[in-house]
Amino acid sequence: MEKKTKVNAEDGKQEITITREFDLPLELLFKAHTEPEIVAQWMGTKVIKLENKKHGSYQFETTDPRGNKHGFNGTIHEFVPDQKITRTFEMENTPFPVQLEFLEFEQLTDESSKLTMHIVYRSVAHRDQILQMPFAQGINMAHNRLQDIADKLK
Amino acid sequence: MNLRRDVFQAIADPTRRAILMLVASQSMTAGAIASNFDTARPTVSKHLQILTECELLEQNQNGREIYYLINAKKMKAIADFIEPFRRLWDDRFNKLEEVMKKHKTNK
Repeated sequence: MEKKTKVNAEDGKQEITITREFDLPLELLFKAHTEPEIVAQWMGTKVIKLENKKHGSYQFETTDPRGNKHGFNGTIHEFVPDQKITRTFEMENTPFPVQLEFLEFEQLTDESSKLTMHIVYRSVAHRDQILQMPFAQGINMAHNRLQDIADKLK
Repeated sequence: MNLRRDVFQAIADPTRRAILMLVASQSMTAGAIASNFDTARPTVSKHLQILTECELLEQNQNGREIYYLINAKKMKAIADFIEPFRRLWDDRFNKLEEVMKKHKTNK
């Protein structure tokens, strides 16, 4: 099966591009980024604040499986309906610096659309670290599962 | 985590990437590798040491010579390192599509 979501991360650069085509009209794809209840559903997060306008800001709070709360926030720099959102993104209480995100929405046909997310990080090292996070978490989870099985065998 | 970071720092260097490309086709001695670069021999040795420490290269003793060869398993791990990140976004976007399709029919 073709990979629907593509991530382009060139070596030695402090940016990445995520692209995805959706079987959704442009208007619905854009709406999925602006309605708090909808964002909450697909991002799996609590939306505390989401101001869709220039100089607006947003604030999310996610609870992990262990019950720990993680805060995320950012500021909206550009907001053009059905076209683009430019915003910052910051993970609270982590050593990761804020990142800059350019979201561009395009209509492909009446029933399909495309999202391009261009993310710029503070440094190449920070980018690589963020990219590796799900990878490292995957290893940790596999390790924890092994530990669980091993514990049961005891 | 530290080891992994070192691996990515290791491949961030163009000379080290060139060494990996060179050794990918056949195992080579340090001298043979160095002869492919204008860089001073000790510099190449330093690169080889870093690549070996990160387990991207393996050493094979053959009589008095040490041959360097690529560790394919480790290289595969790097090629795939971005995949979990991609899958994270793919899952999110699949969910988005699903949520919006329902939203559309409910309207």
